[in-house]
Amino acid sequence: MAPIGRLFLLVLLSTALTISSGSGDGFSINGRVKIPQGLGTKGFALPGKTSNVKVILNGGQIVTYLRPDGYFSFQNIPAGTHLIEVAAIGYFFSPVRVDVSARNPGKVQAALTENRRGLSELVLEPLRDEQYYEIREPFSIMNVVKSPMGLMMGFMLVVVFLMPKLVENMDPEEMRRAQEEMRSQGVPSLASLLPGGGGRN
Amino acid sequence: MAIRSFFVPFLLFVLCFYSSLCPVLSLYEDQVGLMDWHQQYIGKVKQAVFSTQKTGRRRVIVSTEENVIASLDLRHGEIFWRHLLGSNDVIDGIDIGLGKYVITLSSGGSILRSWNLPDGQLVWESFLQGPKQSKSFLLVPTNLKTEKDNEIVVFSNGRLHAVSCIDGEVLWKKDFEAESFEVQQVIKPPGSDLIYVVGFAASSQFEMYQINARNGELLKHESATLSSGFLREVSLVSSETIVALDSTGSILLTISFQNGEISFQQTPISNLYEDSAGPAVIIPSSVPGIFAIKTNAITIFIRVIGEGKLEVVEKTNHETAVSDALPISEGEQAFALIQHAGGEMHLAVKLAHDWDSNLLKESIKMDQQRGLVHKVFINNYIRTDRSHGFRVLIVMEDHSLLLLQQGLIVWSREDGLASIIDVTTSELPLERDGVSVAKVEHNLFEWLEGHMLKLKGTLMLASPEDVAAIQSMRLKSSEKSKMTRDHNGFRKLLVVLTRAGKLFALHTGDGRIVWSHLLRSLHKSEACQSPIGLNLYQWQVPHHHAMDENPSVLVVSRCGPSSDAPGVLSFVDTYTGKELSSLSLAHAATQVIPLPYTDSTEQRLHLLIDSDKHAHLYPKTSEALNIFKREFSNIYWYSVEGHNGIIKGHALKCKCTGKVADEFCFDTRELWSVVFPSESEKIIATVTRKLNEVVHTQAKVIADQDVMYKYISKNVLFVATVAPKGSGEIGSVTPEESWLVAYLIDTVTGRILHRVTHHGAQGPVHAVFSENWVVYHYFNLRAHRYEMSVIEIYDQSRADNKDVWKLVLGKHNLTSPISLFSRPEVITKSQSYFFTHSVKAIAVTSTAKGITSKQLLIGTIGDQVLALDKRFLDPRRSVNPTQAEKEEGIIPLTDSLPIIPQSYVTHALRVEGLRGIVTVPAKLESTTLVFAHGVDLFFTQLAPSRTYDSLTEDFNYALLLITIVALVAAIFVTWRLSERKELQEKWR
Repeated sequence: MAPIGRLFLLVLLSTALTISSGSGDGFSINGRVKIPQGLGTKGFALPGKTSNVKVILNGGQIVTYLRPDGYFSFQNIPAGTHLIEVAAIGYFFSPVRVDVSARNPGKVQAALTENRRGLSELVLEPLRDEQYYEIREPFSIMNVVKSPMGLMMGFMLVVVFLMPKLVENMDPEEMRRAQEEMRSQGVPSLASLLPGGGGRN
Repeated sequence: MAIRSFFVPFLLFVLCFYSSLCPVLSLYEDQVGLMDWHQQYIGKVKQAVFSTQKTGRRRVIVSTEENVIASLDLRHGEIFWRHLLGSNDVIDGIDIGLGKYVITLSSGGSILRSWNLPDGQLVWESFLQGPKQSKSFLLVPTNLKTEKDNEIVVFSNGRLHAVSCIDGEVLWKKDFEAESFEVQQVIKPPGSDLIYVVGFAASSQFEMYQINARNGELLKHESATLSSGFLREVSLVSSETIVALDSTGSILLTISFQNGEISFQQTPISNLYEDSAGPAVIIPSSVPGIFAIKTNAITIFIRVIGEGKLEVVEKTNHETAVSDALPISEGEQAFALIQHAGGEMHLAVKLAHDWDSNLLKESIKMDQQRGLVHKVFINNYIRTDRSHGFRVLIVMEDHSLLLLQQGLIVWSREDGLASIIDVTTSELPLERDGVSVAKVEHNLFEWLEGHMLKLKGTLMLASPEDVAAIQSMRLKSSEKSKMTRDHNGFRKLLVVLTRAGKLFALHTGDGRIVWSHLLRSLHKSEACQSPIGLNLYQWQVPHHHAMDENPSVLVVSRCGPSSDAPGVLSFVDTYTGKELSSLSLAHAATQVIPLPYTDSTEQRLHLLIDSDKHAHLYPKTSEALNIFKREFSNIYWYSVEGHNGIIKGHALKCKCTGKVADEFCFDTRELWSVVFPSESEKIIATVTRKLNEVVHTQAKVIADQDVMYKYISKNVLFVATVAPKGSGEIGSVTPEESWLVAYLIDTVTGRILHRVTHHGAQGPVHAVFSENWVVYHYFNLRAHRYEMSVIEIYDQSRADNKDVWKLVLGKHNLTSPISLFSRPEVITKSQSYFFTHSVKAIAVTSTAKGITSKQLLIGTIGDQVLALDKRFLDPRRSVNPTQAEKEEGIIPLTDSLPIIPQSYVTHALRVEGLRGIVTVPAKLESTTLVFAHGVDLFFTQLAPSRTYDSLTEDFNYALLLITIVALVAAIFVTWRLSERKELQEKWR
């Protein structure tokens, strides 16, 4: 296996690297997958190791794995426009469009299909890490208060402790009138509603 | 546990609060394993190599027919690591190099890879090319050491390579370009620096090349001609002798090439064994001095005693399997021999040079459902008393893998489940009064305690021990793995048919195997040489009447690879796993059509179409015939001939007019055909609606109080064709010369309802059809991205009925007969979006009543399953939806479909080698059961619109109870207060 570092950097466009008109009838695509350290390790244990990262050409035509240094290569690729996908649990990789040109061998153009960004060399990095689980909100008193149960409790407290205060602050005249009115309309008071409380007024 | 709470308003009220609290669409990490299970398999083992490392954990490295390389724990059979290679990267050979690398040769001998033994990390990868196709061989000799390196010898594509074990560098190569030379063996005699490459040229020439293993120099080339020719298989009996058969299969040839001199010895088989009749075949093996041939189902072991003399050592008519030889000490080699006799399996380990003595002889009782032994691998270990112990790895007919040691099965793996062909479901038995199921819920205190723990968990107050306790409590809550039907329909049996011809029933609760059955009808027999299982159908599903009958499934298979081979039907009881009966048909079963009619015992009527276009009705009862005759003129079906691009519609004509009077056989007539021009279109995908899909309503109310009517017909077929050039891989075609055409065809009339062309698009196409819409996935060459399109069809003929006056005046057309022969007035709406990933399978969720909104389940190239709301694929999406449309739930249009990591139903797991996704409705309307299968299996429950009709699994009863208690207490307190207040009032 030829070492991969053989790069042909083209000055003009965003192109470069990764091709050698291999022996036989095809070309080869060499590249590298780079997973930044520290990314994706927060929240949950990282499930995917680099040994489980797959690099897939054209939706499954060829599947290869990464070497310890992150390099991969496809051999015997005909000229044309190809698609490389990286399958790694915990990361989101954009598929990469790779043009292998027959006219000027040695020239490869690569671009991320998700954001149409050209790649100067075939180094694939995850666009973002993927969090498959919801994260539990840490316990806070505000959450409890804001929850429906909390609101119910809060309302009850208001009724129990603030209502009497409100009643106290009312004008006694008005209060009496209101009570009178209630009695005449026959609206039962809270006490009369409860068992045993009714008959006593 | 979910409680039905439709009619309990109070609970519903609480539920409303709760559903706003806990999002059910995605999982918390501690909910893994609650509703879902995941099982990992490897497939049928092709080759196994034992890691003989003195230190560290003992492992066995295996390669399988599913293209998996895996390292298994020899003690328990668990997977240490596993890699699934591409589907056309078939593994040719594996071995261990330098004790720490796993060397694999794949892709017809053109890719050589080295993996790190402990963790499975790829170390290097080497591409080997050669002048022509040939067999490939991988040899990792232990004695070819140069300094610290080791040489790997690979013969592939007509070229011999020596590759460095450290970095994969090719050290030397040698071509074998002679036109007709076909290599049969590459031999590296131990203790010498020579490599022999032997093979046949033309049909009757034997060739031998002797090569220096150090530098690839050709030392000697000899050839000899034998007029009678050769059969291709050879057996290696020593490092310089092979045994072959002549072209008639009746004469054994012992070919020795000692010191480069070729000599032949011919021995007619009849000299060794009188009764030999038919031609014999050599069983490939590599035990020194001994080989085996098989003639008329009799296996004969023959010993080679110097000078090409042969001697029969054993004849047996039992099924036999032999392992390769294993060097156990200086000059001694052992091998294992397994014979079946009745229900027992006899294992013998013998020394290669001494047939009559056994190092080990054991009898093992073997489960009949595992069938015969297909492969044997042997490994030894030194016991404490310095004697040799042996362990034997066997691969059975049902693809399971077992380790035998000291007469016991140490572990077994059901690897047949890695190759599922078809899936269906069956209900579990009803809970009868007599059958009392052990109550798991103990006493109130424990119950409360459990819920207190859960409460702590939700409030994030739980310590790690508590979390572990919650987890185990949830997993134990064995409600889900009971063997009876449940109220919500979550517990079912998944009946799966594997490539080995075995049926398994898996419990949806925990994925355990309830029963398994190796189908006798799929057993190799005289009449049926290579039976292949095809499909599963639900044969009998008793639910209204015939409740005492057990449900059963129909397994359709055929005898041989061609589609006109005769079919075999078997009927299996899904409660017990017993084969009720099986039928060997006289005709083929190219198409099986389950009809929507059942007889009085709820057996479903099935129509089998044979290769002569006759239709056969099953079950063959007069009752079924009567039902069938009533519906005779209403039965239509279609057939797709992919190779010549024709889709045909058929109907029944009359009774068979052939010579045999068979009242269950019918002639058919062709109604219509759609012929696609072969120079511009090639059919690559057809999909239709699921037969058992339930649609809740035909009407769809849209934003401005308008109604649209979905065109719901079971007889609509989606067909995708591509330009013949574009049917290859991506990158093989330019956008200008490729296009994709999508059709919607009515399968009764053959009318094309809709046709749309996507220029610059190509396959593969994956599609799913449900209700009145179809979603398909394809590749857009211009944008070089995958795309998904949706087509929805609406019925316009009812659009006028919205006018109230017409209804009043009776001018509506609601009563006009609907016929598929009348020209349907339909309109279609469609839209396309980009989708990031390649797709392996698409399915759609299905629920009991079809009320719940739908989700697409997309199996991505990374072997994950993504749930995507159908709302994202709504052709009415626009960039700026109006306020009314927003209220209706229309999402603003974006050019690509979102991939939300939390909506992967497989969360952080992979369903390695994903092939299919099956959805089954539960009885609870909100919930659907999802089963994804490939090399791995994954099962989960999904609630596409959240569980609106039940409480979730982690519903906190304790919190509810506490709240109620608190409320009651508060009521009493306030009552007291109010009473006292009133009293004071009165005193005043």
